[in-house]
Formats: sequence, structure tokens, C-alpha cells
Amino acid sequence: MTVTLKTVPERPVRRPAAPARLAAAACSGPGLFAVVALLLLVVAPLGLEPFRLNLLAKYLCYAIVALGIGLAWGRGGMLTLGQGVFFGIGGYSMGMYLKLNDAGGDLPDFMVWSGVEELPALWAPFRSPVFALAAAVVLPVAIATVLGLLVFRRRVRGAYFAILTQALAAALVILLVGQQGLTGGTNGLTNFYELFGLDLAADATQRVLYFAVAITLGLLFLLAWQLASSRFGRLLVAVRDAEDRVRFLGYDPAVVKTITFAVAAGMAGIAGALFVPVVGIISPALLGVVPSLELVVAVAVGGRYALGGAVLGAVLMNWAKTAFSEEFAGGWLYLQGALFILVMTLVPGGVAGLLAAARDALARLRRRARAGWAAREAKEAA
Amino acid sequence: MQAFLNQLPVGLSIAAVLLLIALGLTFTFGQMGVINMAHGEFIMAGAYTAYLLQAVVGTAAVPVALPVAFLVAGAMGWLLERLAIRRFYGRPLDTLLLTWGVSLVLQQLARDLFGAPNVQVVAPGWLSGGLPLFGTQIPYARLFILALAVGCVLAIWAYLARSSQGRRMQAVMQNRRLAAIGGINTGRVDQLTFFIGSGLAGIAGVALTLIGPVGPALGTYYIVDAFLVVVCGGLGRLGGAVLAAFGLGLLSSYAEFWTNASLAKVIVFAVIIAFLQIRPQGLFVLRSRALT
Repeated sequence: MTVTLKTVPERPVRRPAAPARLAAAACSGPGLFAVVALLLLVVAPLGLEPFRLNLLAKYLCYAIVALGIGLAWGRGGMLTLGQGVFFGIGGYSMGMYLKLNDAGGDLPDFMVWSGVEELPALWAPFRSPVFALAAAVVLPVAIATVLGLLVFRRRVRGAYFAILTQALAAALVILLVGQQGLTGGTNGLTNFYELFGLDLAADATQRVLYFAVAITLGLLFLLAWQLASSRFGRLLVAVRDAEDRVRFLGYDPAVVKTITFAVAAGMAGIAGALFVPVVGIISPALLGVVPSLELVVAVAVGGRYALGGAVLGAVLMNWAKTAFSEEFAGGWLYLQGALFILVMTLVPGGVAGLLAAARDALARLRRRARAGWAAREAKEAA
Repeated sequence: MQAFLNQLPVGLSIAAVLLLIALGLTFTFGQMGVINMAHGEFIMAGAYTAYLLQAVVGTAAVPVALPVAFLVAGAMGWLLERLAIRRFYGRPLDTLLLTWGVSLVLQQLARDLFGAPNVQVVAPGWLSGGLPLFGTQIPYARLFILALAVGCVLAIWAYLARSSQGRRMQAVMQNRRLAAIGGINTGRVDQLTFFIGSGLAGIAGVALTLIGPVGPALGTYYIVDAFLVVVCGGLGRLGGAVLAAFGLGLLSSYAEFWTNASLAKVIVFAVIIAFLQIRPQGLFVLRSRALT
């Protein structure tokens, strides 16, 4: 007697399709890099009025954070929802220096309003611009390293990691708001006047800052690119796709992940330090759970598997946010929400994934056309 | 000592609210691996259900709203699962972003429908006042929430352990593929799981109307902490969620009492990281031979 076993077919686990991964190749060509560099360094400064150029500088700051997210999440599979924390540390470091510099020998204005009598010890070293700039990078890297080692060594990953980073962002915001006299509370640090002797309100200064941001982004992009295409980068992708197999091969995934997470954090710190003189404010509202998530979503929209996609997504989404919020405030939230839903459901590879898919389709058409020609020629010859 | 006792009811009621919210998450996040950021908005939907019912039934809104909010939020969750989430199994991190999009839309919808200012749900008269205990007074509203949380836990426990549907649910959670081979329609179980998980969020929303005003962003205040409860309790473990909710609720209320509200969050976070060093997968781990 034969027994037939009836099974309910399991839904296949859908993984991002190959085109999405090819997007990486499409968006990291040296040619594309040169075109974008030309656009950012020549066309934009010539073509945009100062107000718009300043906005673009702001978007590029976000793009630096997004680059780190693209590295950690797209390449490493670590969904970090707390990049705002590192962005904020960078921003506050810079803001503290600017505040002290503006105040001369006195206390910063908001401390006087909060009734603080003498400069807190935490603030004192930030008189030095070198210390402030170093702290903007070193502190995020150090925090990410410690957190990463603690968490990844214990094999906390996936959703757990995402939730922990989100909780960190939430905790930092509450801490900043609560320590009014130390951090300026909800208002954060604002009203900056000069940076290294330059008047921050002047168009010329803002233009210099724009170039600084754009060049930093370019350099960090090259660094990320180098990292992603090196042996380390391949190991990172391997950890993302099969962490246990990597471990069985004798590597320590925790180290690989921690390094990547620390690099991403350092990028966010640099972005924060640049953001403050460009935008003129750093406050808890700019680095909490929501702004952190918005950037992750921007990376998803741009294309998480391509570093270029991350940058594109950050610029695109923030530009769209400004453009739509100017027109109708409430509408943007609907649009943003709908956009995520559509992108996550239909094109998980984002814009970069779409571009890569289009390029593949084009190549396929061309191949087919060529094959057709060849066949016809062969027929005519016969 | 008196200060310690005074703080106890506060901690217990924070814990009860966290538990109510985390219970729903234990279902959706724990059993299905779906990180539902819209869970907070289902809480909000439950709270607004109570607000709307108030116009019909007056001060009896809270008890009447409990089953209604369960159905309303459950239906929303079921719809979300049908329309979107079922395409995402195996991609848990993507569900997070997807549902965040949903949560943005729902929040804005609430703002447009009910207005941005907070609204108030009046508690029934029998919930005003409090029970004198150890020289302090425990508000009846807080006791009601605690009782509600305990009741929900018992009901869920009975459902999961005693009913055949509940046992099917556990089977799918423990080993989806084997459960499917055993003849369980995993798709239908998923729908039910999502319905119940979201419905519990609705109940939590009604409970929240007793301790504060209702606004479009109501859910966002609790969602991060509730996710932490699930992480500390262990995925999909009812007992873990209960212990973790009370642990975190009491810890945060005492940390707030001894330091201040802004430092308390940081202390709680540090304790959780330290705790995960000892038990990286939460209090109760489902033992299996699977590698990941």
C-alpha cells in the first residue's frame, strides 16, 4: 500500500532579487561618480541661489549619514535605527564649540537663562575647536564600538538590534531634553554667529561650507566604496547573508559587524558636525526616533544595496520633504507613508534597484536584437 | 520605606500598561517575526474608539469600548496582514519600514479626522477614588488596568494552551515548516494571530484613556518600551513578557524616583544591555536545535 503525503506548500521566502544586488554595480561606476562630482562641485554652486545651495548642503549632510546606513544595513544587514544618536553627538560637539566661541569668556546665553552660574565641566574642553572636531568623530565611534562589541558578541541581531538602537535614540532625546542647563533642552543649541572667524550668516561662508560638505561626502563615499569592494566588504556581505557559516569558517562576525557599525557611526558624527554650521541649530527633535527612521527609509527608497542609492535616497527624500511641506504640510505625511509602503512592497531594491533592472532589461533587448540581426544575416548569406 | 511603598503603585501601573501593549506584540513580533510599528497606532485606534463611544453611551464608554476596540483594532491589523504583511514573511526588517509607513498615514488620518489637540475620555464614576493601602492611596483606575492586564494574560494563556486554535498557533511559531507539513494552514493561523495581537493593542488603548488624554501620537510614547519588553522577555513567550513588563515597569519607576525622568531612560537602557549579556535571547528562550 502506498501512502501519499499531502503537504501544504510553504510560501517561498522571498529574498531581494539579483537585479537589486546588481544595482550596486550600476551605481558605483567611476563614470557616474565623476558626473555627480561635477554636478555637485560646479553646476550646483553656479546654478543655485544661496538659499537653495544651503538647503542642498543640508541634504548632503543627511546623505553622509545615509552612506553609513547603506554600509551597515545594505551591506552588513544591521538595521540601525539610532543613527540620530551619533549624528546628534557630532552636532552637539560642534554646537558646544560654536556656543563657547560666540560667548567669548562668558557663559553661553541659554545657560544664563536656565540659571547656570558657572561653566559645567563637560563643556570646558569644547573651547578648543580641535577637541570639538575630534570629539564629533571619536565619541560616536567609541560608543558604537562598545555597544557593538557588547551586543554582537552575544549574537544579538536582526530585529533585536534594531529595537535596541531605537531605544538608544529615544533615551538620548529624553536625556537631552531633561538636562536643560547643560544641553539647552528642547530648543537645543542655536543662534551661532561665527565659525573660525567667518560670519556664519554671510553667503560666502555658506558657500565655503557647502564645498566642505560636498567634498567630505565625496571622500567618505570613496572610503565606503573602498571598504565595500575590499576583502572586508565581501566578508561583510557574507556575514549579512549567512553569519553562522562565516563563523564556521573561522572569522569572528562580531568584529566585522562592530567595525562597520563604528564606521557608520563616525560618518553620522561627521555629518552632525557639518550640519550645525550649515543649518544653524541642533536640537533633540533632529535626532530622535523619527528622524533616524526617516533616514533609513530614505536609504530604502534610494536603494539600500548600492552606496550611491543611499546618497541619492537621502537627497531625494529630504528635497521632497522640503518641497511638499512648503506646499501642504499634512499631505507630506500621507505621501511619505504611501511611498514607503509602495517601495517596500513593490521595489525593495529602491531607485537604484530599478535603474539596475532597467539597465539589465536594456542589455537583454540589445542582445536579442543583435541575435536577430545575426540570424537574418546568416539567412541572407545562405 | 514609605517612599518605596508610595512608588510601588506607580511602577505597577506602568508595568500593567506595558504588559497590555507588549502582549499584542508578543503575538505579532514574537510569533510571526513581524515588527509592527503600526502597533502604536492600533493603540491609538482603540483609544479613539472609546472616545467615539462616549458620545453614545456616556460615562460607560470604557467598559463598553473594551470589546469594541478589540474588534476595531483587530480588524485593522487583519487588514494590514492581508494587504501587505503577508508579502513580507522572511523579511522581518522590511516589515518594520513598511509598517512605519502605515503608522505615519494612520497618525495623519487621526489628525485629520479628530483634530490635532488631545481629547478626553471620562472614566466611569466607579473608577474614581482609590483604595487606601499602606498609608498611600492606589487609584481604582490603576487597579482596573492591572486587573485588565492580568485578565488578558490569563485569557491568552488559556487560549494558547487549551484551545486547538491556540495550540496550532504555537506550533506555527515553533516550527512554521513542520506545522505546515502537519496540515496546519499557516496562512490562516497568521491572519488570526495578527487579528488577536492587534486587538490587544486596541484594549491597551482603551486602558490608556484612563490615565491620560488621547492624541494622534498616543501610541508612539509606549511603543519603544513595549518592544524592549518583548526583547527582554524572549520572543513569543507569554511568561517572559509578564516578567519583563513588571521588571521594566518597576525599574523605570524607581529609577525615575531616585534620579530623574531623563536619566531613568538611560539607566533602563544600560540595564537592558547588561541583561542581554547574560541572556541574549531574553528571559525565556524557546529551545530548539535550529541554528538561528
